[in-house]
Amino acid sequence: MKIALSGISLKERVKNFIDSFGWPRLIIAGFLLLLFLVAPLGGISILTSISDVLMRFGMNSIMVLAMVPMIHSGCGLNFGLPLGIIAGLLGGTLSMQFGFTGALSFFVAIIITIFFGTIFGWAYGTLLNKVKGGEMMIATYVGYAAVSFMCIMWLLLPYTNPQMVWGYKGTGLRTTISTEGHYLHVLSDFLKIKVGNLEIPTGSLIFFALFAFLMWAFLHTKTGTAMTAVGSNPTFARASGINVDRTRTLSVIMSTVLGGIGILTYQQAFGFIQLYMGPFYMALPAVSAILIGGASVNKASIPNVIIGTLLFQGIVTMTPSVMNSLIHTDMSEVIRIIASNGMILYALTRKSEVK
Amino acid sequence: MAPVLEVRNISKDFFGNQVLKDINFTLEKGEILGLVGENGAGKSTLMKILFGMNEIAETGGYGGSFFLDGVEAHFASPFDALDAGIGMVHQEFSLLPDFTTTENVVLNREARKKTNVFSLIFGERLETLDRKEMQKTALEAINRLGVSLDENMLVSQMPVGHKQFTEISRELSRKGMKLLILDEPTAVLTESEAETLLKTLRKLADNGIAIIFITHRLHEIMEVSDKVLVMRDGLIISNLDKNKTSISEITKAMVGREVKEEKREERDRKLDGEDVMTVEHLWVNMPGETVKDFSITVKKGEILGIGGLAGQGKLGIPNGIMGLYGAGGKVTFCGKEVKLNDPDWCIRNGLAFVSEDRRGVGLLLDESLEWNITFTAMQAQNKYLKPLLGGAIKWRDQKTIEDVTNKYIKELQIKCTSSKQKAKALSGGNQQKICLAKAFALEPKLLFVSEPTRGIDVGAKALVLEALKKANRENGTTIVMVSSELEELRSIADRIAIITDGRVEGILPASASSTEFGALMINAKKALDKEAEK
Repeated sequence: MKIALSGISLKERVKNFIDSFGWPRLIIAGFLLLLFLVAPLGGISILTSISDVLMRFGMNSIMVLAMVPMIHSGCGLNFGLPLGIIAGLLGGTLSMQFGFTGALSFFVAIIITIFFGTIFGWAYGTLLNKVKGGEMMIATYVGYAAVSFMCIMWLLLPYTNPQMVWGYKGTGLRTTISTEGHYLHVLSDFLKIKVGNLEIPTGSLIFFALFAFLMWAFLHTKTGTAMTAVGSNPTFARASGINVDRTRTLSVIMSTVLGGIGILTYQQAFGFIQLYMGPFYMALPAVSAILIGGASVNKASIPNVIIGTLLFQGIVTMTPSVMNSLIHTDMSEVIRIIASNGMILYALTRKSEVK
Repeated sequence: MAPVLEVRNISKDFFGNQVLKDINFTLEKGEILGLVGENGAGKSTLMKILFGMNEIAETGGYGGSFFLDGVEAHFASPFDALDAGIGMVHQEFSLLPDFTTTENVVLNREARKKTNVFSLIFGERLETLDRKEMQKTALEAINRLGVSLDENMLVSQMPVGHKQFTEISRELSRKGMKLLILDEPTAVLTESEAETLLKTLRKLADNGIAIIFITHRLHEIMEVSDKVLVMRDGLIISNLDKNKTSISEITKAMVGREVKEEKREERDRKLDGEDVMTVEHLWVNMPGETVKDFSITVKKGEILGIGGLAGQGKLGIPNGIMGLYGAGGKVTFCGKEVKLNDPDWCIRNGLAFVSEDRRGVGLLLDESLEWNITFTAMQAQNKYLKPLLGGAIKWRDQKTIEDVTNKYIKELQIKCTSSKQKAKALSGGNQQKICLAKAFALEPKLLFVSEPTRGIDVGAKALVLEALKKANRENGTTIVMVSSELEELRSIADRIAIITDGRVEGILPASASSTEFGALMINAKKALDKEAEK
């Protein structure tokens, strides 16, 4: 990133700004701005829209944050996020099964998630260390495999909580489980600010800020520095006495655990635990969000996470409502797919350009 | 009659870096010219000019001119050179492994049968091949070479020597071949294969082909060539007649000037420190630089040079001891046995390494200079860290990192916009200084430096060598420096070990004469002895 110095022409400054910010981000930001401008024409309240975007930001941001450690250690984008999400699902369902309620159930869910996330992450990291250079493709299949395997397990595991199992049979978990009575809205309702149509889910935002701070701090420690160096040049790191494989495994564990905590945060706001094929659809939005935020396959920062989640969730929230009210067709899914897959494609081409 | 090749005042620079100057020579029909010189002397560049390689034109062309049969040559590409009757056999094979000898020899010049249906529609590229005719052409060329090659064998199944012969046959099968250039053709051959090749060359020359023959093996030159051209630093140092010269004269011309007197008094400084490192029977599995059985003792406070030709294993030594490539044997450092294959142990115990592979191993190209210089010391020695929460968290101390980086930027005169600049934005010389700073930040007891001046300009070279010397004299750092450039080793080292075939060929004080070094270096000792017998 170039620093704009005084004395250079306006044209150069604009060029520098575009270079550092990136065309795709500018286009998406412009599109989002346009949506907000057009929204009142369709009779949509801007304040409600902003509330929606903030709520979705709180729901999704930790899963986007989960991309950061693996990007830093050179393992690429975490297409294996479903694995972390499964750890989170285990945490959530077990906590409910054990009968915890309220905020405590959320806390217990996190503890269990960390436990499973560490085990899964360790195994996943060990696997990725064996396929250096092809991490992202292998990660995708790890995600597929984990989801399919758990489709079987959700049916077989001996859950008994009547709120969770199929009513007619008494065994096997339902596809969607309500978090009501357990950790529904424990974060989003915490210190919630409500002014007219504007709602701010303060708790969710604070929760994200806490993890973002921890991540930022981690990257400033000795181990965090080593992680970044491993991603930047593994041979250099090895020559400096770093255990490259261990550092990479640590990053994968962090990503996996954060993915699990991310899905818990999502569930408490959304109100439902989505099992079976649910985790399958969570990786792509998170990957594209961090890419829209300006991260590349081997560089990512906390601002990338925040900007990316806001832009991506902004588009996802605004497009359906605005489009529907204007042209009475549902374009949201199409736009979302174009935006997310387009971003991934863009980022992958950028990677080869650097090399 | 005009000579086959006449070169007049050819010069070449790569962006201001002069690599060839005032090259003049002639080559008559049927003559063999032996061309020798150390790595980087300019031999390959000269051949590339003669062969019209694109990279010459891309880097600004060349000065002077050359004439073939008295006509000035202007080659836009190697195809023009081929048409003009120049054939070139490269150091690396350019053969198709899954094609037969015949197919390789006549590739793209295949004999064709009459047109068929497809070629009528789609043009001559689809004409049927005349295999019989092709085989005839190939056999003709092979016979001319005087070797026995199976014309139907796949290249991938051939021994190395036959591949080399296939290449030469290909050049010979061209019509109007006048000049054949061979770039180290014997480097990959066994002794008997090399002998056959040399005999063949003589035969070809007797048939009227002029040959330029590049090699590192001097006895081959003595055996086969009529003239010997010695190049050094882009100049032709001597143009010798084979019958009036000797291997030792060639060696001396190759390795270069005698060392200047003023440096010598310092060179012979007494080193009576204790042994700081002993290496016994080290082997290192580094591709292309295998170390087989290396033993040496390093004295405290000395600068030990390690030289030798490329591929003989000198680079493998530091890489192996520092744990970057698989190694075995016994290495003792300061009374402790070095844990091989463990870079962390080495750095923690006072060893440091400046790698020859700057971009691959030495630098974090995408990170700031601050990170590049301080990272290793931070990780291995807990420097530049602030303990938080009673030491539970080791926080990066930005201020000391900046301070120390700026200190080295000033000390080593690193040209950069700030300590935040990315390492990839720096020039080669400045990148090398960053690598040195990284090693100095570790304050090592023993420093390995590998090819410290490769690919950097003269000014930076002097600075790098000066910095190494200063570290040795002022901080007492023992230095083991590996370099292909003997002159550089002689200007800084106390003694120099020459490595041949993964073993120590000999150790000489830096004040030993050029001839002695040269003899060790090219393994020409045997040849020298032979000459003495005569």
